[in-house]
This record gives sequence, C-alpha cells and structure tokens, in this order.
Amino acid sequence: MALVFYIIYILVAIVLFTFLAGFTLFAVYAERKVAGFVQDRLGPMETGKFGSLQTIADILKLLQKEFISPASADKILFAAAPVIVFVAVYLGFAAMPWAPNLAPAALNLGLFYVIAIISVEAIGVLMAGWGSNNKFALLGALRSVAQLVSYEIPAGLSLIAAVMITQTLDMQTVTINQGVLSQERLLCLGLWEVQHVGGLFAWNIFQAPHLILAYIIYFIASLAECNRAPFDIPEAESELVSGYHTEYGGLRFAFFFLAEYCLMFLVAMIGVILFLGGWNTPLPNIGSLKLAMWTTGTAWGIVWVLVKTLAVVGVQILIRWTLPRLRVDQLMSLCWKVLTPLAFLCIVLSGIWRILVMV
Amino acid sequence: MFKKTLHAFATAWKGLNLTFRHLFAARKAREVLDIKQENYFEKQEGVTTIQYPRQAIPIPEVARYQLDVVIDDCIVCDLCAKACPVDCIDIEAIKATEAIGKTSDGSVKRLYAAKFDIDMAKCMYCGLCTVVCPTECITMTDNYDRSFPALTDLVYQFSEMTEKEIEEKRAELARFQAEKEAAKRKP
Repeated sequence: MALVFYIIYILVAIVLFTFLAGFTLFAVYAERKVAGFVQDRLGPMETGKFGSLQTIADILKLLQKEFISPASADKILFAAAPVIVFVAVYLGFAAMPWAPNLAPAALNLGLFYVIAIISVEAIGVLMAGWGSNNKFALLGALRSVAQLVSYEIPAGLSLIAAVMITQTLDMQTVTINQGVLSQERLLCLGLWEVQHVGGLFAWNIFQAPHLILAYIIYFIASLAECNRAPFDIPEAESELVSGYHTEYGGLRFAFFFLAEYCLMFLVAMIGVILFLGGWNTPLPNIGSLKLAMWTTGTAWGIVWVLVKTLAVVGVQILIRWTLPRLRVDQLMSLCWKVLTPLAFLCIVLSGIWRILVMV
Repeated sequence: MFKKTLHAFATAWKGLNLTFRHLFAARKAREVLDIKQENYFEKQEGVTTIQYPRQAIPIPEVARYQLDVVIDDCIVCDLCAKACPVDCIDIEAIKATEAIGKTSDGSVKRLYAAKFDIDMAKCMYCGLCTVVCPTECITMTDNYDRSFPALTDLVYQFSEMTEKEIEEKRAELARFQAEKEAAKRKP
C-alpha cells in the first residue's frame, strides 16, 4: 500500500512538472506573440507554422549549453540558487485545488503554506545575486528582495481580507464556498441567496463587493512579486543587463525562466481561487436550466480554473507590453502609501461585512 | 495623493485599451499607403511587418542596385573605369588585329576584354559608369539582395575569355606588332 501511495505522489509531481514546463513554453510563445501584435509586428514566424515551435527550439538550445560559472563566483550559492527559486514556486502548486476533490495535497492551512513557500523565492534570488559576484546581479537581487518583501504585505493583507470572508485557509473549502456545491448560505452582494444559483454571482468578489478592490490590490502586488513589468526593476534590462540572473546561462537560466513563468501562473491561480471562484463555473442556474450543476465536475473544474488563470496571465502579459517600468522610489511609495493602506481598509471592510451582513 | 493614484489608474487603463485594440487589429496586415496620401497618418492599425524573402516592397524604377555588364555589347572603351569615383572597375584590354564584331547597337568592337572586374564591395552605387557607357552595356539592375561567404566573391568577373584565349590574343597582337615594326623598318 505504501508503495502505491508513493508512486501516486511521484506521478502527481511529474504530471504537475510536465504541465508547468508545457505552460512555460506556451506562455513564452504567447508573450512574444502578444508583444508582437501589440507593437504591430508578427512575433516569431519562422520556426514551425506561425513560429509555434520557436520556444521548443529555444529550450533545446538552452539544454545543450555548457554550465559556466564565473571564476570569482561562490560556486555553491551560484549552483543552488536556480534550484531553490524553482523548487519554491513548484512546491507552491502542491496545495492548489484543480477540481472538486482534486488537489495534490488538501492542506487545511493551504493558503498560508503557499504564501510562505513563495517567500522562499526571495532567498534564492538573493543567493543568485550574491553568488554571481557581479555588481548588476547583486543590485538586481537587492532590488528584487526589497520588492518581494514589500509587496508581500499588501498581497498578504488583501488575501486576509478574503480569508476573513471565507473563514478558512483551506483552498479547497474556499473554492467550494463560492459555488453550487456549498453547504453554507451564500449571499450575492449580501442580499440575494445564491448557494443554489451558483455561477459568477457566488464568487467571492460578488459575495462581498469590496473584495474587488482587494483583488485589484492583490493583482498589482502579485505583478510585483513575480518581477513582471511595470515592476520589473530587479531585471531592468536598460539598467542592470538582466538583474540577478545576469551570469546565468543554459539550463540554469532556463530554471529561472521556468520559475518566473510558473510563479506568474501560481499567483494568478491564487487570485482566481480566492476571488474569482476557483474551479467553479461562471454559468449560474437559471430556473430549470441548471447550467451551474451541468458545468461542475472534475473535468469542468480543471477547464474553468485553467481558463480563468490563463485569462489573468493574459492580462499580466498585456500589462507588461503596455506600462513603463516604475522607478524604485515610485515602487516603494505605491506599495507603502497606496496599496498597504487600501489593503488595511479592505480588512476593516471585511470585518464590518462579516459582522453586519453575513451573520 | 488620492488624485494622483486615480490619475495613474486612469492613464494605465487608457494605455491598456490602446494596446488591447492593437492586439486585435493585428489580425490583418497594414495596407501599404503612399505617404503623400492625406490619410496616411490616420491608418495606425494592422501589422507592418514585411516577411522579407517571401514578401518584398516594390522598388522604384530608378533604383540603383547591383551592376551588370553585357560583355557582348562592351567595346572596352574604359570610360566606366575612368568615371568611377572609387575605382571599383578594373579593365584590361587587348587590342585586336582587326574589327572583331559589332555590338547590338552597331558600334564596332576593336578590343578584347581580357579582364572586366567590378568590386561590388567598393562600389558606392552612384551609377556614373552607366551614364558614360556609350553602348549601354553596363547597367544597374534591381537586384540588391546578394550575400557571399568570402570577400573575394564580391568581385564580379564579367570577362568571358579563358586564360588560353587571352594568351592567344596577346601572342597574336605581339606577332602583328612585330610584323608591323618589321614592315616599317624595311624601306
């Protein structure tokens, strides 16, 4: 029995890794295509039909490259950093629910675990920057860690605002309570009973409308957490070559890239689960038309969570090709003077909402 | 502070709208419009990329690109080499003992072109050689797309004479001149 248990665990890990690698290849391709289209270009067109094999060609190139460590680098930190950065993000996926009763690990502290494990990434980034023994890498790493540590506060606070509404940290329970499978009484905007209607009316942002604000705060903070433009000062190409992974090449660089795109997916998925209904369908039951019941299930769950998350990732990509990079001081003042107070406001509103409306 | 934040969000939203519009306008290619047309700057949407080897912008009729020589029409007058500001044309002529033929426009050819090399790496595409050419055998083509693995390949050789032929013609000329000298000295 024990053997079967471990085999299933390893299989789940392999399936997740395969999915993430596939997602990264797709996301890099999508990123380049979106960049092209936004700038009235075509993007990659030569490798495969419409350039669809471009990222596969890229990863094959990276796989073939030699491991190069700079002579003055700290060999151990340098080699360990990409692994730590990727593993931190990869472990975050362990607690993410994909469908009713389908999650790699159903933790009752799921959200706390995910937020905690993402923070480990900051250590990996700092190791990469320090271990490279390169001024650009070090500056990039310092900026990155300052940014990660700062933006975890508004991100965490806005998640707390949602958790105060859901009253649980278990991601699976959070999701169940946003749809037709819920055993509890759900109110859309605090007025309309929706536990049998489901659909998008039961999502957290519609159960408590101030969570829309919380979601926007979380979304902005999550952009900063995965070093995406307009918060890409740790990798600011025009200033720092490429930031903390300046000295990396080949497979090690591929791991940084993989981690970056996986983190994009992870933070988008956390937002989807806590605010946008997770694997719940956006289609409500209308009278005898039980759309919500028909479109809830294991396969449907995976489809919905993928569609929602990819849509959020799409917005992240579009933002990257729209907004210019923030200055360091602007970055910090946005975090501490705007997002953090607003996140606190959301917490207060959540408390009031919980006491006056939900109970 | 509040006003500034709101303004930041408003402008960010505006920018996102703009890029979003372009994202979906990228389904079709931008039609090539003449810049002289009045609405040229109003047509801001659509893909501008030209996938070069498969797609090319039409080049103007008067465009000056790589040189070409029809050696059969050349009377080896050396005018092009003299006109060239960068001396990229290298001509070596051998006098013929008699008229060796006519070009397509009727000029009589009296010289063999033992060597007619144009160094395209030096050429600055001014077109002066084509202007001075009396038989219009040297022309600028519409071909601008050449690449070579070696620098020496950029020297285009237009002469069609083989080494053996050149030797023969040289010997013939030498014999002819010797005979002439001998004829002069006789009386």
